[in-house]
Amino acid sequence: MLAKRIIAALDIKEGRVVKGINFKNLRDAGDPVQLAKRYEDEGIDEIVFLDITASNEKRGILMDIVKEVAEEVHVPFTVGGGLKDLQGVRELVKNGADKVFINTAAFQEPELIREVSDTLGSSNLVIAVDAKWNGDIWEVYTHGGSVPGGKDVISWVREVEELGGGEILLTSMDADGTEDGFDIPMLKAVVEAVNIPVIASGGAGKPEHFREAFQVDASGALAASIFHYEKYTVGDLKGYLKGCGVDVRT
Amino acid sequence: MEDDTVVLDLGIGNVANVRKVTGGTVSTDIGETGKIVLPGVGNFKGVMEALEPQRGALLDAVEEGRYVLGICLGMQLLFHASQEGEGKGLGIMEGEVKRFVGVRTPHIGWNRVRFEKDCPLFKGIPDGSHFYFVHSYHVSTDDENMVAGSTLYGEEDTGVRFPSVVWDGNVFGVQFHPEKSSVHGLRLLKNFRELRT
Repeated sequence: MLAKRIIAALDIKEGRVVKGINFKNLRDAGDPVQLAKRYEDEGIDEIVFLDITASNEKRGILMDIVKEVAEEVHVPFTVGGGLKDLQGVRELVKNGADKVFINTAAFQEPELIREVSDTLGSSNLVIAVDAKWNGDIWEVYTHGGSVPGGKDVISWVREVEELGGGEILLTSMDADGTEDGFDIPMLKAVVEAVNIPVIASGGAGKPEHFREAFQVDASGALAASIFHYEKYTVGDLKGYLKGCGVDVRT
Repeated sequence: MEDDTVVLDLGIGNVANVRKVTGGTVSTDIGETGKIVLPGVGNFKGVMEALEPQRGALLDAVEEGRYVLGICLGMQLLFHASQEGEGKGLGIMEGEVKRFVGVRTPHIGWNRVRFEKDCPLFKGIPDGSHFYFVHSYHVSTDDENMVAGSTLYGEEDTGVRFPSVVWDGNVFGVQFHPEKSSVHGLRLLKNFRELRT
């Protein structure tokens, strides 16, 4: 059986991990390579790097990090943030990213999904989707959640699958940052709408939340702060899930 | 001897991470001696086109008994053909490459490998260990002799069990990414590195 994946997210800016990282015994909590290795040792199944570097001139720094992570870390990692075209995707893969994710550019120009999947194979292409409930539908947002896209998340993810997207990274903007749990109704609706894997993101605060996501058949669940502050280790979380009958890699 | 390993660069993915574990050099040419690693990112047709100039040399290398390890798409290339694209495979092994049916596709994540044979690559690794997979197509073969390991995607009665490790003499293929499979994957690559004729 395919194990459910526990995924850690790291935000990177100009080559440094930003946002609270509070691991004990870390000499340099801002070093993405060191953090990724730490997560591998703890048993994480995958790592997602969101690059929030604003300026293009500094993207070279990201490539150096991708290269180093690829050589030093032996669990899969996904990289994205501000990717606009096939060339940007190729550059990341060439430097060693196992998967890449695209968000806004895919929404604005859906053919990009087909273009990338035809070149790389769809397995390595993740489409990140941010959505929130607007009283009527779960509406897709772009540009880091600042611009409403006017489209229902369900029709968008179906389109993504049709165009060759390999996986959906679904973030609930309503749940994100609350630590009150994933948006289970939206997650369930998306999982049922497509036949590609769906990763739950936004709202994880405790181990029960992961169990809820896996009960509606998410393929993986992503979190940041729950791990960064050592509230729970990856091992604690997997132990809990295993006790609940969820198949995890231990 | 071990530093003779050539990790074939087919132009799309990063192969430095594989080389880091297997040792040897990255090259677009398989050279005359040593082990050969065929990594694989991309789609069957595109990668097979990139491999085409090396076809004859590769088939000769297999005949000469050089060790070959195909990883992911690199394993699929060992077979005759794939549903994924028109490119002709190397045909070193009997079987074909099919798209998953009836399960969420791609198959992405950590899954177990059940050991079917006493394969030298498994030394020091527990039967049923998890390895990292990311693929939409899988090998299908009637020749069970070369299936060294298998993996079940889905439930026992409704899912798909497919060959995840194939082995025929000096040729090996793994559907998962050992370089991404933490300690067990690294051990498997170490085992390949330590093979001696």
